[in-house]
Amino acid sequence: MKIVLNGDPKEVKASTLAKLLEECGFSGRVATAVNEEFVPSSLRIAHALSEGDRVEILSPMQGG
Amino acid sequence: MKSFYGVDLPNPLMLGTAQYPSPAVLEQAFRDSGAGVATVSLRRESGAGQTFWQMIRDLGVLVLPNTAGCHTVKEAVTTAHMAREVFETKWIKLELIGHTDSLQPDVFQLVEAARILTEDGFEVFPYTTDDLIVGERLLEAGCEVLMPWGAPIGSGRGLNNEYALRAMRAEFPDVSLVIDAGIGLPSHAARAMELGYDAVLLNTAVARAGDPALMAKAMMRAVEAGQLAHQADPIEARDMAEPSTPVVGKAFLS
Repeated sequence: MKIVLNGDPKEVKASTLAKLLEECGFSGRVATAVNEEFVPSSLRIAHALSEGDRVEILSPMQGG
Repeated sequence: MKSFYGVDLPNPLMLGTAQYPSPAVLEQAFRDSGAGVATVSLRRESGAGQTFWQMIRDLGVLVLPNTAGCHTVKEAVTTAHMAREVFETKWIKLELIGHTDSLQPDVFQLVEAARILTEDGFEVFPYTTDDLIVGERLLEAGCEVLMPWGAPIGSGRGLNNEYALRAMRAEFPDVSLVIDAGIGLPSHAARAMELGYDAVLLNTAVARAGDPALMAKAMMRAVEAGQLAHQADPIEARDMAEPSTPVVGKAFLS
């Protein structure tokens, strides 16, 4: 299935958001959004991915 | 010193974490200055985020996540939710940028986003202008802190409109007020505190200085000096001299 991950097109096997994190090796503290909507970590297991989904995976960064 | 949503800060310096030459220098700036609050952000995971977060945790400071770079209410609200989960805090520095060159806040969207986030249980630190009516609207929206700009972000110009900032302090005597952005020198930071502001938030002035850790220390001394000066009730400036040494009892020697 083709999705857009952090702005880049990507071919993935994962059927849910939780599995996507695993597949792409995101193990640390991250926040997720799918199609511009926040998905809390507790809902990632249940969140099914669809073709063309835009997934954002964010992590802590320097800021002012 | 006023509290920030019930939290007493150890000192009036909030320090940004961006633009330092290295993580080690950033860490040193916090350790040498003793700044008690660190602003942070969320960006696409690139591998460096976890190490950075561990370092911030080890500093033992309060964390204030921002919504930097957001231009719409929706974007800012979503970012705030993501930040609350990652950083495990209700605090959010709400930035809604309205102008590309000046990074001036879009105060109309700011008020709307502040209301939505407050209703969602956030404790909002709005990056705003020195406009009093906007300040009122933000308070009505549930904000207990206001963070007017001193000057545009990163400009180092100091307090562009001291008159307006003084008026803001007078208008909201019981609200925690922070000068956020525009500070370039310790004298600017001291001035903000002399006006009666409760804290100063700065980043570029320290991170881009030749010696960031030393500048962070200078900023801390400046905010503390300004705070003490405000508490000490300074004298009014006058046009003519007034001898400080008593005139009475002076010998006749001419």
